[in-house]
Amino acid sequence: MAERLQALLGQKGNCRHYTFAYLDESAKREIRRRTLKAVAIPGHQIPFASREIPIARGWGTGGLQLTMSLIGPEDVLKVIDQGCDGSVNAVNLRRLATLTTGCRTTTRTSDATLIQTRHRIPETPLTRGQIIIFQVPYPEILRFVEPRETVTRRMHAEGAYHRMWTFLYENVVQWGRITIGFRYPVMVHGRYLMDPSPIPRWDIPKLDQSPALMLFGAGREKRIYAVPPFTKVEPLAFKDIPFEVEHQAGARCSRCGAADVFLDEIPDEESGRIRWVCSDTDYCDQRLAARGESHRA
Amino acid sequence: MKRKTKRLYNNPNGCLLSVENLEKTFCLHLLKGIRVEAVQSLSFQLQQGEFGVLVGPSGAGKTTVLKCIYRTYLPTGGTIRYQCSDNSIVDLATCSEQMVLEIRKTEIAHVTQFLRCAPRVPAEEVVAYPRMTQGISQKEAVEEARELLQRFAIPEKLWQAYPITFSGGEQQRINLARAIVQRPRLLLLDEPTASLDGRAIERFLAALESIRKKGTTCLGIFHNQDMVRSLATQVIEVRPLNGVYIDRAEITHFRQVS
Amino acid sequence: MLNSQSPLLHVRSLSKQYGPSCSSCARLTGPEQGTNICPECGGVVACWEVSFNLFPGEVLGIVGESGSGKSTILRCLNLDEPPTTGEAFHSGVEKGKTNLFTLSSQRKRLIQSSLLGIVYQSPHLGLNLDFSAGANVAERLLIQNNTPEYRRIRKRTSSLLNKVQMPVKRIDELSGAFSGGMQQRVQLAKALAPRPMLLLLDEPTSGLDVSVQASVLDLIASLQRKTGVSMLVVSHDLGVIRLLTHRTLVMKMGRVVERGLTDQILEDPQHPYTQELVASVL
Repeated sequence: MAERLQALLGQKGNCRHYTFAYLDESAKREIRRRTLKAVAIPGHQIPFASREIPIARGWGTGGLQLTMSLIGPEDVLKVIDQGCDGSVNAVNLRRLATLTTGCRTTTRTSDATLIQTRHRIPETPLTRGQIIIFQVPYPEILRFVEPRETVTRRMHAEGAYHRMWTFLYENVVQWGRITIGFRYPVMVHGRYLMDPSPIPRWDIPKLDQSPALMLFGAGREKRIYAVPPFTKVEPLAFKDIPFEVEHQAGARCSRCGAADVFLDEIPDEESGRIRWVCSDTDYCDQRLAARGESHRA
Repeated sequence: MKRKTKRLYNNPNGCLLSVENLEKTFCLHLLKGIRVEAVQSLSFQLQQGEFGVLVGPSGAGKTTVLKCIYRTYLPTGGTIRYQCSDNSIVDLATCSEQMVLEIRKTEIAHVTQFLRCAPRVPAEEVVAYPRMTQGISQKEAVEEARELLQRFAIPEKLWQAYPITFSGGEQQRINLARAIVQRPRLLLLDEPTASLDGRAIERFLAALESIRKKGTTCLGIFHNQDMVRSLATQVIEVRPLNGVYIDRAEITHFRQVS
Repeated sequence: MLNSQSPLLHVRSLSKQYGPSCSSCARLTGPEQGTNICPECGGVVACWEVSFNLFPGEVLGIVGESGSGKSTILRCLNLDEPPTTGEAFHSGVEKGKTNLFTLSSQRKRLIQSSLLGIVYQSPHLGLNLDFSAGANVAERLLIQNNTPEYRRIRKRTSSLLNKVQMPVKRIDELSGAFSGGMQQRVQLAKALAPRPMLLLLDEPTSGLDVSVQASVLDLIASLQRKTGVSMLVVSHDLGVIRLLTHRTLVMKMGRVVERGLTDQILEDPQHPYTQELVASVL
């Protein structure tokens, strides 16, 4: 292991000048300990001392610190931003990771051991042994109904979530349905109300009983929380008003033709027509590749 | 204080109401602590089914006696022994407030000189309410109330009206109706016919007679000598204290108007 | 037969002090000393060793002027703030054997949401003015409910607001937009939502227009008559006390100076302060 580490660090020119994965060992240790505590209390926010790293606050520092604390020489890292591996942020984060660890990276969900994501869960189902790390802008779901941190902490401690329920009730009264699109409140393990980060409603069902370990890091707000594998995660919904995901009848990805995935809506600048494209670029590529192969075959 | 009574029994047992050496003195702190002795050493007994009448000049303390029994006034001395329906004896002068509230609900009713009831409550509800506190459903209580209102010749169109808008006579009939509806064992009446005319008085007395037949004991203040003669089984004379005669008007100035 | 009831609420030696305290506080404050503030240490003795019972179906009034401590008692009994010393027992909580003030905050909240209801003098204390009237009432119903049914809650909310004479089409309006009288009605509906055993009312109509006062008080009185809920009514207004209560405590400078049946307190007051209060009625 140590030889492999040595070999890795020797490979790329700059690795020599950094500690492995940029963070010093005591920082990694603290974050790992906090993460263990978070895993032990599903859905509960654990405060941690968020370190200075070469990315501005609000750009994924929480997720990155988690990734850097957990990544090892054998890991394969995938980084996506709104489902896309090719966005500027994803590319830069990947570059920082390779620079400081020399680890392999991938765009294929099924090949990754660690997935850092901004605001989406990949369409390809996750498997046992994978860890998905979410970048979280606002860890406190109750901020919708209560501005004071002292009060929201107490609400979590006492399991007093009725004000969130009232908020949802008002929603239904005003609009006939619950209109929350991103950051839909979920109840974890029947105890803590959690902010799943700004993933769309489409991804919420993927949280329930997932074989993967799900970690959430908020660097600016300095909180870590977690959902261990195979944990019950339920979106808040009235018994007679079930939880719904987004759907657009007849929409299909214009690249690969998929209809049962989360699609991005892209207006064509010239014609003004709406084009739908898979949000998960890896999934789209895989489908295309499969179709191409079958055509060839 | 002289009393003229027909003593049927010597001991309190067997008596519904036994008042012994009742004393009521008011201490007016706002007048530098002047003491007004309204009633001193009054004693009498009432058997079940009797009709006691308190007589005496105005200001002698008759209303005070009734109010002491009903515990609107706190007696300063003596005892007021009352035999409850379960044969237990309580001293109304000193028993707990809980006990008094319970007794007012089920045993003793007080018809004051003027109707005082919650404002903006329809007449039939005013009459029904005491029955509701006894556990009867609102629907049944209102039915009983309507029956009584009819008996007292209150026109149906007034049943939903507020009693404060009624004539004096009508108000007094409401007053009596709501006392009767709770089927009291002891009925205290403070000049109930003072504002009634001939026909109303007849109806009133008829109602009284009917409840007396059912065994209700009455203790009342009446000024009409004929009424006293025809109703009373016992006349209790209440005289003002020697030399100390305080005009009632002066007393009421310093406390809530009755 | 009579009076074998045990009290719904038993309060023993309830005391609340703010700020510093010393051994002379109790001695140097009170109705005879004419102050709540301890001259030695400057602490405020809001109420001192208040004890009373409240029985099922009864309405107890607490009357006094500002500084009497009456509102403090209510806040302590609603478990909003802890007293300095004292005990309170509720027959619905472990058969009246446990001092409510020693319970965990979670249990206190459960009790608050099921056995107690409160109407504050000022609507902003009792309502969330950014929510609609219906949502405010629904909030109480949602406290204990883990899998609520929207339609059922909506129905119950509507029926409760109907009971307090709120027009149906205004149920979804923001509470902040209502008049004072309407807001008090919403508070009442909210307080009654879980069918509590005890309703606490802190000057429920002070500050309202006279005609509105009358209608809100009538509503309270009629609800009490119909449901038989026990109530603790705090007011400085003897008219309110006379209309609503069976028994009354008179408080001055944090102490109870007189207690008795309401009609007796009003017609035959014993304590000099009570006589003064009664004589001061306009």
